[in-house]
Formats: sequence, C-alpha cells, structure tokens
Amino acid sequence: MTLGLLAQAGDGVAPIDTPGVAWSALSPILVLIGGAIVLLVVGALAPRRSRIGWHAMLTVAVAGGTIAAVVPLWDRVHDDGPYSAVASAVGVDGFSLFVTVVIAVAVAIAALLTDGYLRREGLEGPEPYVLMLLSAAGAVMMASANDLIVMFLGLEIMSIAVYVLAGLHLRRRRSGEAAVKYFVLGSFSSAFFLYGVALVYGATGSTNLVRIARFLAANTLADQGLLIAGFALLLVGFGFKVAAVPFHSWTPDVYQGSPSPIVAFMASGVKAGGFAGLLRVFVATFGTYRLDWQPVVYGIAVLSLVVGAVLAVVQTDVKRMLAYSSINHAGFILIGVQAATDEGVTAALFYLAAYTFMVAGAFGVVTVVGRRGDGHHHLDDYQGLARRQPLLALVFAIFLLAQAGVPLTSGFLAKFYVVEAAIEARSFWLALVAMVSAVVSAFLYLRIVLVMYAGAGDGADTDPAAGRPRLAVPAAAAIALVVAVAATIGIGLVPDPLTRTARDATPELVAASD
Amino acid sequence: MNDLLDDWGLTAAVFLPMVGAVVMLAIPRTEEALHKVIALVSSLAVLGVVVALIAEFDFDRTRTLQYEVDHSWIEVINSRYILGVDGIALPLLALTALIVPLVVIYSWNHFPEPHNPKAFLILTLVLETGMVGTFLAQDLILFFVFFELVLLPMYFMIGVWGGEQRQYASIKFFLFTLFGSALMIVSFLALYFLSPEVVVDGVARHTFDIRELTDWGGEGLARTTALFVFGGMFMGFGIKVPLFPFHTWLPDAHTQAPTQGSVILAAVLLKLGTYGFVRIAIPILPEAAEEWAPWIGLLAVIGIIYGALGCLAQTDMKRLIAFSSVAHMGYVMLGIATLTDFGVNAAIFGMVAHGLITGMLFFIAGSVKERYHTLEIKRLGGMLLQAPRMGWILGFACMASLGLPGLAGFWGEFPAILSAYNPGGDLDPALFRVYMVVAAIGTIFAAGYLLWLLQRVAFGTPKEEFSGERIHDLHLTDYLAWAPMLLLIVVLGVYPNLIFRVTDGAVIESLAAVGGG
Repeated sequence: MTLGLLAQAGDGVAPIDTPGVAWSALSPILVLIGGAIVLLVVGALAPRRSRIGWHAMLTVAVAGGTIAAVVPLWDRVHDDGPYSAVASAVGVDGFSLFVTVVIAVAVAIAALLTDGYLRREGLEGPEPYVLMLLSAAGAVMMASANDLIVMFLGLEIMSIAVYVLAGLHLRRRRSGEAAVKYFVLGSFSSAFFLYGVALVYGATGSTNLVRIARFLAANTLADQGLLIAGFALLLVGFGFKVAAVPFHSWTPDVYQGSPSPIVAFMASGVKAGGFAGLLRVFVATFGTYRLDWQPVVYGIAVLSLVVGAVLAVVQTDVKRMLAYSSINHAGFILIGVQAATDEGVTAALFYLAAYTFMVAGAFGVVTVVGRRGDGHHHLDDYQGLARRQPLLALVFAIFLLAQAGVPLTSGFLAKFYVVEAAIEARSFWLALVAMVSAVVSAFLYLRIVLVMYAGAGDGADTDPAAGRPRLAVPAAAAIALVVAVAATIGIGLVPDPLTRTARDATPELVAASD
Repeated sequence: MNDLLDDWGLTAAVFLPMVGAVVMLAIPRTEEALHKVIALVSSLAVLGVVVALIAEFDFDRTRTLQYEVDHSWIEVINSRYILGVDGIALPLLALTALIVPLVVIYSWNHFPEPHNPKAFLILTLVLETGMVGTFLAQDLILFFVFFELVLLPMYFMIGVWGGEQRQYASIKFFLFTLFGSALMIVSFLALYFLSPEVVVDGVARHTFDIRELTDWGGEGLARTTALFVFGGMFMGFGIKVPLFPFHTWLPDAHTQAPTQGSVILAAVLLKLGTYGFVRIAIPILPEAAEEWAPWIGLLAVIGIIYGALGCLAQTDMKRLIAFSSVAHMGYVMLGIATLTDFGVNAAIFGMVAHGLITGMLFFIAGSVKERYHTLEIKRLGGMLLQAPRMGWILGFACMASLGLPGLAGFWGEFPAILSAYNPGGDLDPALFRVYMVVAAIGTIFAAGYLLWLLQRVAFGTPKEEFSGERIHDLHLTDYLAWAPMLLLIVVLGVYPNLIFRVTDGAVIESLAAVGGG
C-alpha cells in the first residue's frame, strides 16, 4: 500500500509540495520552545538545588527574548503591513504580536513568583518553568494561528502544560484535585473545540481562517445549520479557556487548588491566549456572520458579569474570590468581543494587558500570604495585614482597587474602553449591566481591603496579627510585585502609549503571498 | 506673576496637596510633628493659591471660565486636561481650600483611633486634590476621575478611623456612590457619542469637553434618549447629594466617620453632587432637565420633610446633624429644580452656607464626643454650665442652621423657597408652589429639631454621670479652626452679595438654554 503510494508519487505527480518556512515569523514561538528545551537540558545536568534562582532568571530571560523577537516583527508589520507564513498557517499581525508580548510578560511575572514559592514549599527543578514556557508557546500559537488546526495545536500545547502545572504541588491534595478536575473538564472542552473545527470545515471546506473568511464573504449558505453548530462548539471551547459562564464551573476549584503563582499565569497568560483565539476566530474570521453569534456572546458576557460578581461576594476564601472576579473580568473582555468592532478589539486587548498585571500581581500577594503549605487563603488570614506589613497590604490594595476600576489605575481605563466600545455599538443595556456588576464586585475588593486595613472590626487591643510570624517576601516576588504595581499605576496615569499600541493591533487575516 | 497664575494657578491648587502627600510618604511614621507641619503647609499653600486666584479673578466676567488650561491628556478618546473656574465654581473652590487647613488644625492633637497621623493626613490631602479637581475640571472624564478619587480616601477614613460600625458604613458609602458613578459614566459616554463631532487640531472628533457640550446643549437628541442620559447623571449626582430615596448611606457614613471625615463630608463632598447638576447635567441637557425638574423638586421636598422628621426621631447628636443635612440639601436641590437664576444662585449660596454651618456642627459634635465620650442626647445636658464657650457656639451654629436671618443659613433657604413660587422654563407653577409651601413648613420643623437639640444638650444642668467631671472648654486648636467659619457665617449672613455677585453671571449663562430666569 505504502509502496504503491510512493510509486504513484514517483510516477509523475510532483513530490509533496512542502511550504517554505519563514522562520523569522515564528521567532517568538521558537524562542519560547527553544528556551524551554535549553532549560530542561541544563536543568538536568546542573545541580538541582541552588541558592541563586537561575531557573527563574533564565525563564525571565526567555520571556525577554520573546519580546525582543517581537520588536523587529512589529516594525515590519508596521511598515509593510501584516503577512502570513508557513502556507498561511501562521499570521503575523499587530494583534498576534501584542498578545505575544502580554503572554511573555505573564510568564516573566509568574516565573518570578514561582521561584520563591518553590523554595518555600521545598519543591525542586526546572520543570515548572519549562512547562510554563511551553504553555506560553501554545498560547502564542493560538494568538497567531491562521488555521483552525494550528489553533487547536496551540490550545492543546497550552492546556496540557497547564494541567500539569496545576498539580505541581505533589504533597497538597487540593493541588492534585485541581489538576484532575482541570484536565477532565479541559479535555471535554478541547473535544468540543475539535468537533467545532470539523463542522466548520464541513460547512466551508477549509480550516484556514483566510479561506473561511473569504468563503463566507463570497457565498451564501443554503443551510447554515452546520456552520452555526460549528460556531457553537468552538465557542464552548473558547468559553472554557477564558472561564466564561456557563463554562466556568472549574474556575473556583482549580484556582483555589492550584499553586498560587501558577494561578497567576493561568489567569493572565492562559486567558490571554484564549481571548486571542476567540477574537481571531470570531471577530476576524466569522465577522460576516456576526449577527448569528453576537447575541450568544452577548448572553455569555451578561452571565459572566453577573455570576462572577454575585458569587464572588459570598466567598470567604480569597483565592476563590479572585477566581470569581476573574470570571467577572472575562465578562468585561467579552463585551469587547461582542462589539465586534475595531474599538471592541482594542478595548479587549487593552483590558487583557492591564488585567495581566493586576491579576498576576494580586496572585503574587496571595502567594506570599499563603505561607508555607500554600493554605492560608482565608479572609481571616489577611486580617490586620496593613499593620504587620504596610507595604504588602498597600500593594494588594492597589491591585484590588485597580480591579475594581478605580480611576488613576489601569483598571479604570480598561473598563472604560470596554464600556465605550459597547456604547459605541449602541449596546446600552450591556454597558449598564457591566457597570452595575462592577459595583457589585467592588464590594468584594473593598471587603478584602477593609479586612487588611481595619482588622477585626472592633477593638485594636485584640490584634489578631499579634501571634503571627512576619511574612517573608522573596526578592524575586518583590521585583514582580513592584513591576506589576508600576505598570498598573503607570498605565492608569499615562494610558496613551498602550492605547495606541492596542489600537494598531487589530487582527487582520492575510493569505500567504508565497 | 500673573502669567504664572494664569498658567499654573489652577494646576497648583489641584496638585499641591498631592505633592505634600508624596513628601509625607517618604517620611517615617514616627515623625508625627513633621507630618502635621507638612500637611498644614501644603493645605495652606492651596489656600494661598486660591486667595491669589480670587484676588486676580475678573469679577466683571464671572460668566466665563478664567485661568483656563487646556492640554491634551488621553489623546485616543480626545479627553483633555481642561481646568477653569467661573462664578459657580469659585465659591466652592474657596470653601474647599478653607475647610481642609481648618480640619488639619483641628486634628492637631485630636487624631482618632488608631491614631497614625501620617496616613490620616495623607488621606486628607489626597481628598483635597480630588475635591478641588472636581470643582475645576471642564472635561467629563477628568471630572469623573476626580469625582471618583474623592471616594477612596473617604472610604479609608471611615473604614479605618471610624466608629464601631465602620466597616458597614464605609462599604455602604463606597458602594452607593460607586453605583451612581457607574451609571453616570455610561451617560457621559452616551453624551460623547451622541454629540456632534468637534474640530480639534484640524480633525473632527467626539469630545468630552464640558464647554463644547454645553454649547451643543442636547440639540437634536431624541427626547427619550435625552431623558435616559439625564437619568444616568441624575443617579450619579443625586446619590452624592443625597436626594431622598438614596440618602440612606449618609446617616451611617456621618455617624461612623471620624469628626474630620464628617466635616469634610458635610462641607464639601455633598456639594460635588449638587455642583454636578449645576455644572454638567442641566447646562448640557436643558430640555431633559426641564422634564426631570418636577421629579427632582418632589424628591427635594420629600427630603426636606423626611430629613426633618428623621431628625426628630434621633437619639444621637451626630446622626441628628446628618439627617439635618438631608433636609438642607433638599433646599439646595429645590432651588436647582426651579431652573431659575434666583433658585440656582440660592442653591450655590446654600451649598456654601451648609458647608460652613454643618461643618461647624460636626466639629462641635466631635468635641462633645471627645469630652463626654458619648453623643447620646439624653445623656448630655448643661453644656452651658460646664463648657460655656462651646455651648454658645453650639447655640450659634444651631441658629445659623435653622435659617435665622442675619446668618448665612438664611440666604440659602429663603431664596430657594421663594424661587419655587415662579419656576423657570415651562415648569408648572402650581406644582412648584405646593413644593414651596411644603418646604416652608420644613423650616418650622428645622427650628423644632435644632432648638430641641440645643435645649437638651446645652441647657439645663449636667446629668448625674457627668456632673462631677471637669469638662475642658475649647482648646487653642478649636479656636483656630472654628473662628474663620464662625466669622464667615456672620459675614455672609450680613452681606450675602459677596457670593451672589460672583455666582449670578455664571448662573445666568448656564441657564441660558432653559429660557427661564
């Protein structure tokens, strides 16, 4: 059989036409994967315990290298316009590059947090960093995929690495529980996604986003059932990754159980990858069918906003609170998606960038406060934090208030742009729901802040903090927190550069010229 | 010098407190005296700048914005850094600049638990930046940012330095106000997109510029849309005022806040809401304002009566004063709702007068609390015997508050009531005359509860538990902090034209589109 095929091929039909690979276009992904491999090899050869956290340093360097690799591409896109490579499978446009940088930043912050965490918990090895880099590579692949199959590959690379990361803490039962839960539900969603790809392929005859977009623009389908079903299934897949209601049920459990620095990455990097895919597939590719999917995304956004805000309020575990609030944030970003305009995409990108710093920073503080065993996440554990460690409390307060959308922080503008996009698209009600949900979730952030600052509520004599040891803030984590705070405040004060960049970063689907 | 004032005067007034706060951040917490001095110096510097601004202010052109600065800020949404002051903003700016140093002086030796003057004074200064900025901002987003900035320090002040129920009170305060501003920002955005584009630097763009939006005045906007947009702003400003059904945060916040917080809250924060109506909501959407006005007037008079009845039911002195705020702000809102030149002028006067008088009352309440360790009216009594000076000042403030002619309170209330006789625009005079009668009845209640308060607290003999105690009369800091306020209450009462002269031109300008007057 094989022989026959080969013979046939030799018979005159030209040999399989392999596409040229424009390595430069792939350089961010290559840096990430290459960095992961180097780290794995060197980590295996070098002594495992070391006083200097060079695993984390190397990871940060790789993240920096990724950003460095983006710069020339960004310039090229800026000058010559977007292009695509590897037989139109990978697109290089402002959008993919922007998201790549966001993901790289998320990796860097998470790596800095992980360093202190691993030491404190007595865990070893470069594996967490390797997995994080691989996961980031998957997320970047999602952001730059021009083909549904490539997007699926990215989704899986990203997800599988994170499943393992969730179970990183071997001796914590919850960590293992989180990993299994995440894996089982995540696999389901991947299956949905793949089925969706198949249905869309059936309806349009291609998995390439450029061809699908062209096909949908040029043809009217007699029977749209197949396509719409494909939309629905793809949406389930993405909805799971970005933790949107009703595909959110894993989020609180997984966030609560997973190691805190990993959650920082999950909530920033993985979410960025998921949203990048969502924007690329739905807004850029299925844009002509927006009337069909917009109402659904609208509904998901409303549900995420409301459920995320309301359920966050009744939690007493800070990690769960932040998990629900991340669902609320996903709702906000979805508003940008459902607007399906350039403004909407810009707003969503700005939100993602701003949110990455806020949420990674917030989980950074959670990592520190969690103390040995990573189990001190109850609201009571934060009582009187401001008296014991004013700086740490201040930093956490800034992240929380930024998430609440207080002016002069990045969170305010993030919410502002999203709501602006909604109003420009004349979705007044959605904007109203969003703002009201922001008020509800503000309650939750204020609650944490008050617990930190006001203590138990009565009597300064019974200082609950008295018996507790001082929390150690590892140097690497301190760097991460400072960077995140600086970015949160900085973007809030001088938003223009980021806004302009996000505005230049709308996705454009371009077929390969070669 | 004048150039400097023109270009940098307003910016300095806004950000000088922030500079002080940043300097204080760098100084360790234990240097308490230094912190107090820095806070006082920076707030006095603001006062100095404001005095200089007033000295150079052109009182013949109160209707136009002066000392305008206009720089690009958030380019992408064409939100600009525009500051300016006209006759409406000037009195409120002066009030703010005056109150903050007085609060710092009052605090000198009276920091509430858990002490920590550094944090407390930093919050006070940040608060000042927010308040001054709100009165000066001429761009909706800038306005909103300052408007919101005010929330945070006050939230911490109540939440950390407050009374026993502080957590509840501070979160309630924050959430109520945030809810209002959430709807308000949606309205601002709607204005942004629904107003015609304006040419800036040769490009036609949408704008948040309050001046441009006022010129536009809601022309060509569908009626229902305008009503909804106004409604969003109504929620934002109305909750802050607070108007009747949204007032419930106020008594809690006031009762739980430390004295300084209560004073600032009463003196300035509540005015942010009424100022928003006069500066933004009514001039930009005059037609919608006309349709809303009867309802605003209704809520205002309900507030007057309800606040007064609420006062009569209180057992706590601070809570009583808080409810009297609801009633007083009702007069202010009634004046605004008439949409007449007369009424709005009265409203602005009422804001300043209420700021001084109620601020004064809260100061006294704070001192009472400090000396007697209670504010329960039935446990107090005979203050005139034990601390005669404080007792007399309480009497004076009560008289001013109930609107005795010759003191500042009168000029806020009386013209507001009178203006309802003949409301502006196409408003129904009959309806407003009913409001007028109800509001007038409210003044009788006001006299009732204030005299009752005075009688129970100041007259008679001290109750048994305090009869043996020596109650310290005024401290030096009390004299320093209270004298300017008492003086102003008299001066403005005797010569109200001091403010009316300033506000009138600007008010006429802002009501031009309503067609009343």
